[in-house]
Amino acid sequence: MTVSLSGTEVAKQIASQFPEAIAESSNQAVVVKTEYLLKVAEFLKNSPDFDFNYLNDMTAADYYDYFEVVFQLSSLNLNHKLMLKTRCYERLKPAVPSVCCLWRGAELMEREIYDLMGITFTGHPNLKRIVLWEGFQGHPLRKDYL
Amino acid sequence: MEVEKPVESRCFDLQTELDRTEGANTEVLKAKSIAPIPDPDEWLEKSLERNILLTTVDTLVDWARRSALWTVICFPACCAFEFIATAGPRFDISRFGMEIIRASPRQADLMITAGTLTWKMAPQVRRIYDQMAEPKWVIAMGACGCSGGIFASSYSVVPGYNRIVPVDVYVPGCPPRPEALLYGVRMLQNKIAREHVDIKLPFPLTGTKKEG
Repeated sequence: MTVSLSGTEVAKQIASQFPEAIAESSNQAVVVKTEYLLKVAEFLKNSPDFDFNYLNDMTAADYYDYFEVVFQLSSLNLNHKLMLKTRCYERLKPAVPSVCCLWRGAELMEREIYDLMGITFTGHPNLKRIVLWEGFQGHPLRKDYL
Repeated sequence: MEVEKPVESRCFDLQTELDRTEGANTEVLKAKSIAPIPDPDEWLEKSLERNILLTTVDTLVDWARRSALWTVICFPACCAFEFIATAGPRFDISRFGMEIIRASPRQADLMITAGTLTWKMAPQVRRIYDQMAEPKWVIAMGACGCSGGIFASSYSVVPGYNRIVPVDVYVPGCPPRPEALLYGVRMLQNKIAREHVDIKLPFPLTGTKKEG
């Protein structure tokens, strides 16, 4: 059975590397600041203690005040998983760094989030709509989309 | 006293005996084949043989068209499974000459629109319809095919195939039972049976030869 790592415990280890990075942590998830996302993700992937070599899923949610991008990470070697989140408070032009360079599987998922939620992933190699067609107005999964 | 033959020799005798029996059977079949084959129409009366069956071009051509409706593969969503059930042995659309489902629209004359159509997919469906050779018909299958179904008010779903292609028969249901689809096919066949066939001949029927 895959072990769910405690977000609080992981947050402590991340804080020892990047003291400013953690925004919030609970038993379920770690919330990191957007500007530290790429560094934390790289640390989680490459550190031998965590070894998160697989990105299960990536999604986003609209909480009116902010967008939350959620990463579901797991390690196939150590058989444990973690939920990593980051929040984006900018509503007009939300931007989050792309993690394509770490997990290639993020490429299509980031395109889907860009398509439906309108979050730009900086550093993405081919950021364009994937589910809807080119020329579609708006981002339908946003709460204010009518 | 008779000297017993060696084993090999006895085997050889047995083999020869079998060969002879087989040869005799072949000869019997061959002899029978020379006899004249009875005429299967022998029971018909002489007067019937001289008769002519009269019909109209419309009836004949419509009968031919409706009796072998070949369906193009264009099944965007879940109604396709009801269509598969219809094609299966229990409901068996081969009764209508429809068991051939064509992957190429150029060889098909019926489009059964089984499933939800999104606007992104719409140009492809329109292209499939355009590639089908005339005469062609469309059955809108299921609630989504008829009107967009429960997704009609969605931002990405076409509210009914009739926005994209002309539809001949609507089969409602979510999904429609195979019986319902077969009823729709029968309705389409009745519709085809009433169609007027306009045959354009490459030469005038009056038979006057054009000079120079």
